[in-house]
Amino acid sequence: MKFTEDHEWLNVEGDLVVVGITEHASTQLGDVVFVELPEPETQVSKGDEIVVIESVKAASDIAAPVDGEIVEVNDALADNPGLVNEDAMGSAWFFKMKVEDMSQLDAFMSEDEYNDMVE
Amino acid sequence: MKMADLLRTPLYDLHVAHGAKMVEFAGYDMPVQYPLGVMKEHLHTRSAAGLFDVSHMGQVILKPKSGEVSDAALALESLVPVSILALAEGRQRYALFTNDEGGVLDDLMVANRGDHLFLVVNASMKHDDIAHMEREIGDRCEVVPVTDRALLAIQGPSAEAVLSSLVSQAAAMKFMDVAVLNWGDVELWVSRSGYTGEDGYEISVPNASAVSFAEALLKQVGVEPIGLGARDSLRLEAGMCLYGSDIDTTTTPVEAALEWAVQKVRRTGGAREGGFPGANRILEELENGASRRRVGILPDGRAPMRAGTEIFDGDTHVGTVTSGGFGPTVEGPISMAYVAAECAEIGTKLDGEVRGKRQPVTVAELPFRAPQYKR
Repeated sequence: MKFTEDHEWLNVEGDLVVVGITEHASTQLGDVVFVELPEPETQVSKGDEIVVIESVKAASDIAAPVDGEIVEVNDALADNPGLVNEDAMGSAWFFKMKVEDMSQLDAFMSEDEYNDMVE
Repeated sequence: MKMADLLRTPLYDLHVAHGAKMVEFAGYDMPVQYPLGVMKEHLHTRSAAGLFDVSHMGQVILKPKSGEVSDAALALESLVPVSILALAEGRQRYALFTNDEGGVLDDLMVANRGDHLFLVVNASMKHDDIAHMEREIGDRCEVVPVTDRALLAIQGPSAEAVLSSLVSQAAAMKFMDVAVLNWGDVELWVSRSGYTGEDGYEISVPNASAVSFAEALLKQVGVEPIGLGARDSLRLEAGMCLYGSDIDTTTTPVEAALEWAVQKVRRTGGAREGGFPGANRILEELENGASRRRVGILPDGRAPMRAGTEIFDGDTHVGTVTSGGFGPTVEGPISMAYVAAECAEIGTKLDGEVRGKRQPVTVAELPFRAPQYKR
């Protein structure tokens, strides 16, 4: 699993990358009440703001961590946005991307490096 | 403002010890939430009891120089469109300081305590309010800021049981009653009121006893400390205005749907008609209505519509959200907005623009949740 400075985690599943936010980020956000996800089959570029997370406190944007195509989004979050607080690192993943150039992931942090950053 | 410059209430250490996340509010370092989190703190207050530190708010005594409380009442009536003279001893009511344009300088609570009036005003406005009263009615009243007392609120269905276990006379009080009650040798100034829509009390306690009193409340079954985050979502569900967001100098009491605060005796034809700043405009709007009105907004979807969200009727811009978020008890997004009078009827279908996208909303009755007061 890889981690970005924007508190996203990326997990490689075959030729897809699964993206979510870290438990640290979900704690900072507070109770999540709404998640807006991109449409599947959307081409995105690194840095595009494609997810909106609304917590009881504020709205936050999540950017595409790499270039690629959104192939699947987690519809369970529409009915149960609180899943982000309960299981940020697992069942509360946001989207799966097809990434042309997997070497884009090399620059991201390991779990240890991420934990050092947020400590 | 640097954190070091922030003021602290007497309960600061207690908040930190309970794991509060502290934020700046009105110049004070205040708890926005505790480890429970905003959502659970909100729901806990609605189901049991929540303890709030509102010591940052302004407590002010208005003492009539004549010694007659009716003179203080009449003096204050020159600043608010509210009947203060009819306020009986031991009772409290909601009031608004208005300006010459009919706008709202602040909202406040006024209690008749026999030989003087006791006021609770917003933290952010207290210095302005005190200066305003000294300037306008200082010849008739002594304006005495109460700085040696903290202010706590205990709110929720268990509030009566919790407070009356410490001071038994609290149970006999009705909504908007005020009383001086003794907890041991500590004098408490108690009102049965609050800012959540729940039954509950606000309690003024000497600074020196604030911590021990708060700890005694927190020891009772079902009491949790509650931060400003849940205080905001609770008052939003209760349809109550936040000064600076939902009302300010650019909104009149009629636009703000606060006509209920203006008793007949101060309206056109009443015995003490007018005689407050902005009376011309406010009396005219009481007769004929205002061109815009504060309403409840229920988004049809799940996305919260926060302050600043623009409201449209077709292609026409008709209003703006002034407070909005998620209502944990309503279990959905809720907002308050000012909309054009012709769009203000309950049930009107409008659109709110969130992140560039128009999303359907319905004009809804306020409050979003019925009050639970013990009248």
